[in-house]
Amino acid sequence: MNAIAHYNFAYLDEQTKRMIRRAILKAIAIPGYQVPFASREMPMPYGWGTGGVQVTASIIGPNDVLKVIDQGADDTTNAVSIRAFFAKVAQVATTTHTGDATIIQTRHRIPEEQLRIGQILVYQVPIPEPLRFLEPRETETRKMHALEEYGLMHVKLYEDIAKHGEIATTYAYPVKVEGRYVMDPSPTPKFDNPKMHMSEALQLFGAGREKRIYAVPPYTEVVSLDFEDHPFEVQTFTEPCALCGAEGVYLDEVVLDDHGGHMFVCSDTDHCEDRRAHGHRGRLGADPLEAAS
Amino acid sequence: MSAEPLLRVDGLSKFYGGRIGCVDVSFELWPGEVLAIVGESGSGKTTLLNCLSTALEPSFGRAEYRMRDGAFRNLYDLSEAERRFLMRTDWGFVHQNPADGLRMTVSAGANVGERLMAVGDRHYGRIRATALDWLSRVEIAQDRIDDEPRAFSGGMRQRLQIARNLVTNPRLVFMDEPTGGLDVSVQARLLDLLRGLVEDLGLAAVIVTHDLAVARLLSHRMMVMKDGRVIEAGLTDRVLDDPREPYTQLLVSSILQV
Repeated sequence: MNAIAHYNFAYLDEQTKRMIRRAILKAIAIPGYQVPFASREMPMPYGWGTGGVQVTASIIGPNDVLKVIDQGADDTTNAVSIRAFFAKVAQVATTTHTGDATIIQTRHRIPEEQLRIGQILVYQVPIPEPLRFLEPRETETRKMHALEEYGLMHVKLYEDIAKHGEIATTYAYPVKVEGRYVMDPSPTPKFDNPKMHMSEALQLFGAGREKRIYAVPPYTEVVSLDFEDHPFEVQTFTEPCALCGAEGVYLDEVVLDDHGGHMFVCSDTDHCEDRRAHGHRGRLGADPLEAAS
Repeated sequence: MSAEPLLRVDGLSKFYGGRIGCVDVSFELWPGEVLAIVGESGSGKTTLLNCLSTALEPSFGRAEYRMRDGAFRNLYDLSEAERRFLMRTDWGFVHQNPADGLRMTVSAGANVGERLMAVGDRHYGRIRATALDWLSRVEIAQDRIDDEPRAFSGGMRQRLQIARNLVTNPRLVFMDEPTGGLDVSVQARLLDLLRGLVEDLGLAAVIVTHDLAVARLLSHRMMVMKDGRVIEAGLTDRVLDDPREPYTQLLVSSILQV
């Protein structure tokens, strides 16, 4: 007998999925608002994406095509494991191609390729509360959200400028959603913040340990907070991707040797591979066939 | 002085179960007037102050405040959003322990600027200029603007707390033992500073203190409390020089003469 037959489709039982779907619907109805939900134990530790996995499990159907990325890469441990998990418990097709996926579960990045209507981006969120490091009391932060008291968020940005001469927050950069709720976009680099604005794809955020779900529906205004005289800016890179030569994308620095050698490569591996398949070459991007011979 | 009071308090009482916090307190406070509430520990001073500043809801009574539009509103009928807005714009609260009123982990500049940002100022340069101005007004060196209050002495923290409260030009400030825990020379400078600011800005203030010397220096009028009740009220000089109630006489004669 196949042991996997004891699992319900997509691991979670139907009642749990209904509970999570209700939370998701509420989250979509109130963009940026953190909806509490009864987060379940998952067969993985907190901090490895239990929130994202529960959201994905609740929305996935047999015809979905799943892509999972971790820091933009399809081939890191966490991404591979979660992809394998759903291939096993939901028997869904998986892919690494952004364009082919209907559901993309992500930690830390939004794919470079523009998402389109019908796609769902599921974020794994460690700390959903953007005010947490400034105000430790949950009762107080909830009240601040309810009364739209967001002055404190700017205190943090003020501190950045006072200490570093610029807004030094580079990831989990706070945004205001549809002119109302201030939201933590999860630890994505602020480079990706503009991609959330008026996105065609539905964006769902799941925080397993903190038991919160929130959402940004398609075509929703997402504005990064800033000062008039210190406007929001994304990171820029001085050199293109060493493998595919892409510019205007988010790059990772990879150390090559013990003598200070390094290169910058696309953090989005699918985007990089796709470009190389179309003949783009960077400084170190030899033809894969030549390199193999 | 204005023709109408800023605050009208009528029959304010607070009970903690069967115990008395304060009973049947009534007074009026006028713009630019400083009222001291004195009495020994446990006499209900702080309960009264917390009721006035809406940190506590009284069991009975009303406190009507004249809003900036001139209309009197009962504080306890305001919505929480309105109360909190009042608290960070038109009011200030100076705590005895500066750590209760400051954010100890953000810089002095951010502490002063927080209220400005809370009411919607989004220009860094302007916020910083205002913070610098206020630091010098409370005699904190301008090059300390990026230091955290943790690195400040007790007196500096208290002055920073005052700057933080006054930056939005409030009309009414509550103070709970503002000079408690400071040594006498620092106390004297803080009192000087407070007197100057109250005078310059035309602030109305309610000051709770057990230190009659502080009350003498800062306040125009005073109320003496005992067991939750106001037993004597009047002009500060009159109460201190010619106390009528036996308890007030005891209080005044208990001042240590150096």
